[in-house]
Amino acid sequence: MSEEQIKSLEKQFEARIARDEKIEPKDWMPEKYRKTHIRQMSQHAHSEIVGMLPEGNWITRAPSLRRKVALLAKVQDEAGHGLYLYSATETLGISREEMYEQLHTGKAKYSSIFNYPTITWADMGAIGWLVDGAAIINQVPLCNTSYGPYARAMIRVCKEESFHQRQGYEIMIKLANGTPEQKEMAQDALNRWWWPSLMMLGPTDDVSVHTAQSMKWKLKRKSNDDLRQQFIDQTVPQAELIGLTIPDPDLKWNEERKSYDFGAIDWDEFWQVVKGHGPCNKERMKARVDAWEEGEWIRDAAMAHAEKKQERKEKQAV
Amino acid sequence: MKQNLYNYILGIADNSLMLGQRLGELTGHGPSLETDIACTNISLDLFGQVRSYFQYAAKIAGDERTEDDIAMLRKERDYKNVLLVEQPNTNFAYTLGRQFLFDVYHLAFLKELQKSADLTLSAIANKCIKEVSYHERFSSDWVKRLGDGTEESKAKMQEAINDLWTYTDELFHQTEADKAMVEEGIGVDVTKLKEAYYKNVSDLLLESILEVPESKYFQKGGKQGIHTEHLGYLLSDLQYMQRTYPNMEW
Repeated sequence: MSEEQIKSLEKQFEARIARDEKIEPKDWMPEKYRKTHIRQMSQHAHSEIVGMLPEGNWITRAPSLRRKVALLAKVQDEAGHGLYLYSATETLGISREEMYEQLHTGKAKYSSIFNYPTITWADMGAIGWLVDGAAIINQVPLCNTSYGPYARAMIRVCKEESFHQRQGYEIMIKLANGTPEQKEMAQDALNRWWWPSLMMLGPTDDVSVHTAQSMKWKLKRKSNDDLRQQFIDQTVPQAELIGLTIPDPDLKWNEERKSYDFGAIDWDEFWQVVKGHGPCNKERMKARVDAWEEGEWIRDAAMAHAEKKQERKEKQAV
Repeated sequence: MKQNLYNYILGIADNSLMLGQRLGELTGHGPSLETDIACTNISLDLFGQVRSYFQYAAKIAGDERTEDDIAMLRKERDYKNVLLVEQPNTNFAYTLGRQFLFDVYHLAFLKELQKSADLTLSAIANKCIKEVSYHERFSSDWVKRLGDGTEESKAKMQEAINDLWTYTDELFHQTEADKAMVEEGIGVDVTKLKEAYYKNVSDLLLESILEVPESKYFQKGGKQGIHTEHLGYLLSDLQYMQRTYPNMEW
């Protein structure tokens, strides 16, 4: 294809996106569009899968049968999200195995928040309330993103995430209204998860490298700083309602902006965790790699069995 | 309080409780996303069953006891599950072998429990049977895949079946509560399930190109609360929150 032809296709492509048309797997797309989507969608899928670990950590110790069932269902939902996000990414011409390989070798990233440890039951509440809350703010705009399979996957994901968020908040309500010990547990979890949740919405706009292009492709609708402000404005009243204190002495309502002003985020900590040196980066990756490696003989067996079955079927047919 | 009925229900529910707990340990660590989802799903089904049984047991007890007290605040000797379901997830072959050996029994048991003169138990059985039919299909399919897969998977599956075989006979032992409940038309006479069980299990093992273990030495004790050393650790997790923070709501 000549350079001119490509330019013309690109022009048509950008026009389709501007008209809010969906791009489907068989449509022509610029290579950069494909690559950017593989990067973001696989990162999203990896986050779901790695995100199963900190919460899975409490399944066997959930305090009641009702909570245990809800937690199991939640972690299972995350596996389901991972499954259809991997499938949606496969439509761009990469296999699940290749994506796993990228995760296991550290080439692909996942949401840094999952590198923090879950040390008390209240962390299950805080993750649902704050982490899923921040995820929803990130993800709702993606229901209208330009790539069809991603947009459709996100509609379902967002519905379930908002259920998880309510479930997490409900755990916090119960703790905050419980005994002094329970309330302390809830406050401690909020103290530990608040700042990482703010970081989850991404670096500040002046250093975010992918924003401009992503905006154009509707992979992003608002900037990181705007999303962060939205999250804070939404969450502070929820904390107040249940008598918990946001661990930020500089947090203050700004009447002029009709928004909260907030304190400085420790971006050194953020980059430390992103670069692989957070509290649980090694454990999380080891758990994923172990599951994959220990699963090899099982996957091989399933494949061998399917082939034998097929052979027998063909022999019978002859 | 109807002590025999209460004990009888606990005997049934404890099996689902321990097996659900074991499967719950694996969530997020499965050999593939699909099997991870399936095992978590089975765990969810089992805990759902546990809740139905224990809510009913709490009603029969008629005191302050809740489903969570019954599930999480008994002493080790008071859990009456069979030894099979508390065995650890040594590897995927053990997990699936344990599941298969229990599912075949569980399905046959529930089919009979549906006929119970106790309408609540019969209704619970009716609801569970759909779930357990799926469990049995899932675990049987995997035994076949692993048995008739590669040399390595065959050896691992055979080893798991051989090791777990010793816990199968106990499924058909009757406790005093069992006998009393059979008399009243409420309970299932498990002794009558034994022959069909070994036939079904053996047929599937042979279909999976595996050998049926010949050992006639069996372990028992779970139904009397005498467990393997594994149970204590399982309970430390299961009971952790209730023991550390007594009398609180979650």
